[in-house]
Amino acid sequence: MDQALLIEKIILVLTMLGITLLIATYSTYAERKVAAFLQDRLGPDRAGPFGLLQPLADAGKMFFKEELIPAASEKWLFIMGPGIAMFTACMTGAAIPWGTELHIFGYTLNMQIADIDIGILYIIGFVSMGVYGIMIGGWASNNKYSLYGAIRASSQMISYELAMGLSIIAVVMMSGSLSLKEIAAQQSGMNWNVWYQPLGFVIFFTCALAECNRAPFDLPECETELIGGYHVEYSSMKLGFYLFAEYINMFISSAVIATLYFGGYNFPFQDMISSPALLGWLQFIALFAKIFFFIFVFMWIRWTLPRFRYDQLMHLGWKSLIPLAILNMVITAAVVIARNNGF
Amino acid sequence: MNVPIDQYIYLSSLLFCIGVFGVLLRRNAIVVLMCIELMLNAVNLLFVSLSSYMGDASGQIFVFFIMVVAAAEASVGLAILVMVYRNTRSVDIGFLDKLRK
Amino acid sequence: MMDNIPFLIFSFITILTALGTVTARNPVYSVLFLVLTFFALSGHYILLNAQFIAVVNLIVYAGAIMVLFLFVLMLLNLNKDSEAPRPWLWQISAALSAGMLLVVLAGSMREASLYLVKGGPEAGEIGLVKNLGKALFTEFVVPFEISSILFLAAMVGAVMIGKKEKQQA
Repeated sequence: MDQALLIEKIILVLTMLGITLLIATYSTYAERKVAAFLQDRLGPDRAGPFGLLQPLADAGKMFFKEELIPAASEKWLFIMGPGIAMFTACMTGAAIPWGTELHIFGYTLNMQIADIDIGILYIIGFVSMGVYGIMIGGWASNNKYSLYGAIRASSQMISYELAMGLSIIAVVMMSGSLSLKEIAAQQSGMNWNVWYQPLGFVIFFTCALAECNRAPFDLPECETELIGGYHVEYSSMKLGFYLFAEYINMFISSAVIATLYFGGYNFPFQDMISSPALLGWLQFIALFAKIFFFIFVFMWIRWTLPRFRYDQLMHLGWKSLIPLAILNMVITAAVVIARNNGF
Repeated sequence: MNVPIDQYIYLSSLLFCIGVFGVLLRRNAIVVLMCIELMLNAVNLLFVSLSSYMGDASGQIFVFFIMVVAAAEASVGLAILVMVYRNTRSVDIGFLDKLRK
Repeated sequence: MMDNIPFLIFSFITILTALGTVTARNPVYSVLFLVLTFFALSGHYILLNAQFIAVVNLIVYAGAIMVLFLFVLMLLNLNKDSEAPRPWLWQISAALSAGMLLVVLAGSMREASLYLVKGGPEAGEIGLVKNLGKALFTEFVVPFEISSILFLAAMVGAVMIGKKEKQQA
């Protein structure tokens, strides 16, 4: 029994890691296509039908590029930086419920890798660890532009983590649990948290953009001021790791947004489906449809909005989002207390 | 898990002494602050292990408060050090004996 | 004896990285070693069935406080080996005094009444967030509220200290 569980978990971990990497790979393709669509162009269309093999070609190019390690850099930290970024990005997926259960060849597969009863804290922990990859890489390059990028990234992420945590607290107060499985299970049907927490959702989404260093908050890597930000000195697959980690973070934050605010794997009228096998697969598909939608929104925003100035970014974080998040939290607390007392 | 409590006690004593050693050894005020964090964490380890072995939640609650104090201490301490650096261009603790002279 | 292996591994990492923190010439390496120490300590907390403290340790120490340290080091550009080493005599006496403290601590602990806490850690109940929360908001609610005032004071203090003084006319 124990061994069967272990094998099941290992298979699940490898599958989810594979899916994560695959989606991250094709996010690069999707990003180019979305950009092309929004700018009325064609986008990549040479490699394979509709340019579908473009990510493979990009990866091949990345691998064969010359690998440079600057002479004045801290060599070990320079190598460690992208590794840490990638590691923390991949670790967060473990606590997300990817569905209830799947029935494959007679087996029932529980779709959550680790049902931690403090899953949401685990995710916050690893997200806050992600800043080390950027800081170490930017500092070890021994280049002032990359150092600026690293400093910007760290102050931005610290500032936006606060508002993010405060908006999560409102969700936690509503559901009364820190376990993502529990939070997802409570939103069955159309009983999604976003109907009760619209302000919290907007704050969380903005902070997720900032945490992923996505436009309009991509100041750590803004080309016009910092050439390329923290990864200026990186080349070859190390650069690839940084870019890849950004897409993985985007995928994971879309998954977290879907789980916290948009019902996770739940979809409307799911009670009408009687077969548990079919239900399992449909829930899995529903979750991924939501994730793809949010990835699309991320890209849509990137190619629509201009970049903030740095002082505007800090003003938005500290003077708008945090007070709004506190307000949201206080209102939620008042409503929860009123409900518990029978009003 | 069958680790005797003594081992946790020795481990946290050792950690605390490493922190003390760092405070005595280093000149850089920021590293000295970090060594103090190390000492606080040695105490945290002791609290958590005893709380867990005795089945009493108060130890872990106390760790929670230690973390609160450590966070406040680090923010104020670093702010002071940044100001010291602005005025003296150094964070060497040897430079900070101006009041004595 | 086999049960002890995770404990021994985590202890080894803890001590090694703590020594690294203290002895690294470059302060940035000190910060990174200290982050590893916190990871190892979180491992210890998980072994002790204190999951909540383990995660909070990571979020608060590794995710916030150490980022702040690293941030200050980078901002002040203190990453070079600017620190002149202490004289040899000083180093030896520092090691000696810390070692003597260790002997005193370990000796006094040996005689402590540890018979109260024989046996293993309790089976995973106290460390859960539910139980900790109950204790925190009933028995310890006054210290909890006071700590929020402490935070406010620290925040205001840090901002006031860090503010650039106006040029005096």
